[in-house]
Amino acid sequence: MSVLLVLPIVLPLLAAALAIIAYNHRTLQRIVAVGALIAVVADSVFLLLAVERDGVQSVQMGGWPAPLGITLVVDMFSALMLVISMVTVLSVLIYAIGQPGVDQDQPVFHPVYLVMTAGVALSFTTGDLFNLFVAYEITLAASYVLITLGGRREQIRSGMTYIIINLLASTLFVVGIAWVYAATGTVNMADLAVKIAQLPSGTQTALSMFLLVVFGIKAAIFPLFFWLPDSYPTARMPVTAVFAGLLTKVGVYSIIRTQTLLFPQHRPSTILLVCAGLTMVIGVLGAIAQNDMKRILSFHIVSQIGYMILGLGLFSVAGVAGTVFFIFHQIPVKTALFLATGLVEQSTGSTALSKVGGMIRRTPLVAALFLLAALSLAGIPPLSGFVGKLGIIQAGLSAGEYAIIGVSLVVSLLTLFSMIKIWNGVFLGTAEDPTLRLAASEGETRLATPLLMRGATVALVGVTLAIALFAGTLFDLSERAAQGLLDPSAYIEKVLG
Amino acid sequence: MSFFSALIVAVLFSVGVYLLLQRTLSRIILGLALMAHSANLLLMVVGGRAGKAPILGAFGPEDSVADPLPQALALTAIVISFGVISFLLAIAYRSWVLTQDDEVEDDVEDARIAQLGEAEMRRWWSRPK
Repeated sequence: MSVLLVLPIVLPLLAAALAIIAYNHRTLQRIVAVGALIAVVADSVFLLLAVERDGVQSVQMGGWPAPLGITLVVDMFSALMLVISMVTVLSVLIYAIGQPGVDQDQPVFHPVYLVMTAGVALSFTTGDLFNLFVAYEITLAASYVLITLGGRREQIRSGMTYIIINLLASTLFVVGIAWVYAATGTVNMADLAVKIAQLPSGTQTALSMFLLVVFGIKAAIFPLFFWLPDSYPTARMPVTAVFAGLLTKVGVYSIIRTQTLLFPQHRPSTILLVCAGLTMVIGVLGAIAQNDMKRILSFHIVSQIGYMILGLGLFSVAGVAGTVFFIFHQIPVKTALFLATGLVEQSTGSTALSKVGGMIRRTPLVAALFLLAALSLAGIPPLSGFVGKLGIIQAGLSAGEYAIIGVSLVVSLLTLFSMIKIWNGVFLGTAEDPTLRLAASEGETRLATPLLMRGATVALVGVTLAIALFAGTLFDLSERAAQGLLDPSAYIEKVLG
Repeated sequence: MSFFSALIVAVLFSVGVYLLLQRTLSRIILGLALMAHSANLLLMVVGGRAGKAPILGAFGPEDSVADPLPQALALTAIVISFGVISFLLAIAYRSWVLTQDDEVEDDVEDARIAQLGEAEMRRWWSRPK
């Protein structure tokens, strides 16, 4: 059983090593990468089933008992995140293989992409604060290469911002770990949960807020989000898509894990709710001001993070369950939106609203895919976004936090508004820039995109529809995840034994 | 001794933050390097006083033993910051090759949208009443 926990980290790393050996054999690299990720998806599904049946799973690295050894631990929340993120990573990989000029020209793409996958898997499974830092660094080091892959001027400019802000956050994380260690003498999270509870409340608050800032930078919550809409849009589309889907959610995962396990609360947290509200509002207002698909969607990443923090800030089973479900839906939806945008860019050469137009006639499939994902993002029933938002809003109403719920409903409307803005600008209308490739193919001709790119986008939109279809089952699982988060005794007992 | 180390941590961190707030890339990178050093040193400070090497058999029951864990953590953190700062230097060089300049560039699209917003404001204020 314990091998299931190790495989999502070890398999991509081994595959990355093989992909480096096969540096100039693109077909071999592709087979290795896709094979490894299919195995990881299967493994994480087995892991989810195991957690569903037997509860929390854990394994001690090197055979040292906790809190001395490094613990890998998977509860329902980790298992859900692991499944959906690995499915997303696999579809984006297939999309990247289909897109001309991504992995053909860049032999390092596959190794780096696999290392990033291993980093994400490790951040979801680790039970050790310092190991979480290492997992972040694995993910980030790979992401630095991915975001600057190609080395165009604007990529270097925005990649620089991205690297500097993340290096700063990592340095602060080390400082945070040092303080946690100074206060408790341990970095094992289950052990910390026991020992932090015995600290004076002032020390607890200081540690909790410091870690919130560290993870807040990674998750792009207000007021720490400025780097995100600037740096994401310049990378190649598969890279932007996987970053948008996963990396900020790893930050949110860490906020939820530390705030519930290390610093448990039983009343709504004012600071988290205020941050959530401002993140939602400023993110969506930023999105409305933009005139480029990629930038609009990048601001929406920020805005949607607000909902996740809102559900957590309520600190009730219903609220946290809503958040878990919302993240589970958000990862594939956000990625699918970027993949659909990539299809537009692939066939026209631009994503500016003023340049592209009338795509619904030229690529009806892309229009349909974008529409489904966009409506899901805005939370239109019966799509998956609706279920997640409904869960969070009901929890907020029963906790009596009416102001923030009002804000979240307004933000939902504005989200729909900016999705309509993209729809009108890109898919309807006729405004076309004669410099674009689009103009070369005369009149009503349909624009072709590579089959694998379309296939991967269809698959991911299919996943979001499946989430809506199985919303009942998934919400039950989210509720169990939330119970496990708010009452971590099973987690602590499993790790410390 | 511990106070002295803590002082060094504080000074390194302050200098690092000062450099980070500059507009030239080389200074920003130096600032980040100093902050990384400061964080690693902090890990050593929180490990408590120095003592005998924590090797089984090398110390007796009454000896005070150094805490090995912060040292292991600091080593890991040093390797990571070393790697990332090297990469950052490579990117800074690439940026210099492309722009012949060491300044941090502004986001063009962002500036364009800010301009649009200002133009809109002016139009609104000067509209016929």
